[in-house]
Amino acid sequence: MKGKYFFAIAVTTLVWMAGLTTHAADRQVIQNKGSDTLVNVAQAWAEAYVTVDDKVAVAVSGGGSGTGIAAMINGTVDIANSSRKMKKKEINSAEEKGVTPMEHIVGYDALAVFLHQDNPADTLSISQLKEIFGRGGDYENWSDLGLEVPGCQQDTIVVVSRQNNSGTYAYFKKAVLGKKGKYRQGTLDMHGSKDVVDLVEKTPCAIGYSGLAYATDHIKMACIMLEEGESCTRPSVQTASDRSYPIARPLFMYTNGEPEGIIKTYLDWVLSDEGQCILGEKGYAPMKEVSC
Amino acid sequence: MERTSPAQPTAAEFDRRNLDWYIDKLVQILVFIGGISAIVFIIGIFAFVTIEGAGFLLDDFSFKEFFLSPFWEPSDEDAPEYGILALVAGTASVTGLAMIVAIPFSLGAAIFIGEFATGRTRESLKVLVELLAAIPSVVWGFIGLTIMNPLIIDLFDVPVGLNVLNAGVILGLMAAPIMTSIAEDALKAVPDRYREAAEALGATQWEVIFKTVLPAAKNGLLGAVLLGVGRGFGETMAVLMATGHSVNIPDSLFDPVRALTATIAAELGETAVGSDHYQVLFTIGIFLFLVTFVINLTADLIVRGIRDQ
Repeated sequence: MKGKYFFAIAVTTLVWMAGLTTHAADRQVIQNKGSDTLVNVAQAWAEAYVTVDDKVAVAVSGGGSGTGIAAMINGTVDIANSSRKMKKKEINSAEEKGVTPMEHIVGYDALAVFLHQDNPADTLSISQLKEIFGRGGDYENWSDLGLEVPGCQQDTIVVVSRQNNSGTYAYFKKAVLGKKGKYRQGTLDMHGSKDVVDLVEKTPCAIGYSGLAYATDHIKMACIMLEEGESCTRPSVQTASDRSYPIARPLFMYTNGEPEGIIKTYLDWVLSDEGQCILGEKGYAPMKEVSC
Repeated sequence: MERTSPAQPTAAEFDRRNLDWYIDKLVQILVFIGGISAIVFIIGIFAFVTIEGAGFLLDDFSFKEFFLSPFWEPSDEDAPEYGILALVAGTASVTGLAMIVAIPFSLGAAIFIGEFATGRTRESLKVLVELLAAIPSVVWGFIGLTIMNPLIIDLFDVPVGLNVLNAGVILGLMAAPIMTSIAEDALKAVPDRYREAAEALGATQWEVIFKTVLPAAKNGLLGAVLLGVGRGFGETMAVLMATGHSVNIPDSLFDPVRALTATIAAELGETAVGSDHYQVLFTIGIFLFLVTFVINLTADLIVRGIRDQ
């Protein structure tokens, strides 16, 4: 994760310095901050936008959805990136400070359920996932699902989750465990999507979830059924884009009120075919079908 | 009294406030500030942590939930849960195991350095022990993650090697050098005439150590152990990397757990400043501060007690 920050900072600094040397006076800056899920895409957008309008620089930094939203509330950013919806509490405190956050969906991210390559499980239903991940769930061993996992003699399901302030954690909880649902005790809470993939890759007994963009060739992704016995859908950019994959989350950008001026032009460009193609290249699902 | 008054030096003549006088005063003040800075800092830190955590302590704090509930889900929008029982259990189990690992190691090392080793062996051992204490905790965490983890998986045939055992051993090795230094000081504080008297009565070297020196150094050794406990309680990075980071009350050595310190380190960065979640993390900070303060104070008093005797 660190590498990303440094990269983001380095590029932002370069963009900023380029601005200083060419036309410092008439150059405008859009401050953009938030979600680590989105930071790679946001950075790619910012870089590409220089070719669209060299009078506008977009300064991107990460730090997490919560950080971006907090900065929006405090009025220090123009656009906040978030991989989750703003909470009611956050909207209230924003309004108290005279900020009216406006939500823009800029793409989708499929959350894949990862399994070890040797795991014979192929399809899983949402209700099965709930029994595995949820508090008080029935499935603690792979044999509870009627499975025998090679290399997992202990039979216990090693449940891999994320740290509790990640947007991924919050979305998976809502989508799989329900609004009132809670994760079970004893999940391994990893500090990044990549860590989840790394651990599941090495651990035959494990199951975990993360954004599709983090998938590798050495890991298995379960085909998800909305209801038991229905046909299942595999996570892909395509199935996230047409909303047929059940655990795909929208990715948001928040602005203060209706966007105007350069911020509006930038957001329109992000949603244009060009902007959405960049999103697709980074492993996320565009809003609509685009030909790149 | 022949002398006339003009020859008598007046008070004003003694009071020579030249440059040297001012430099002298300045240095005095600087040294004084340096001397009390530790006190100022500790009060300042405690005040800061308390102020940041005060909002939660005053509004949402429930003693029963905070200390007795194992459910830690502070980021839930509708029904956040602020129970630290599982986190305390995690910290306690890891620290406990660390002490089981560290006490024999450090006591053995201290007895060898203090009672048996002489000359160069003794000096080089002391330097090495101090060097061991200087290894950064992230390096220990790295060892836990990359060496201990696969080793535990292979040896014990468990699914994940990041657990109480891993963190306990790592933390034990981390605490041992400090405990060795302090324990050795405690042994050194035992007067030689005790040893000479015991030897004069015909005691063997082992009898001298076990029946005379160790009982006499009892308090200092206890202080060393307590400082080790304090170190274990407050250690963050190595524990964050080696425990598996899982909110869980362990029922075996192979259960992953999560420590109080690691929770603060992992979650504070991404919480909005001033939110309930932010404040509850500072409340954990207050709790940790108080626990380590009491442990260190007790240890210090015990060690000081032996020195004054």
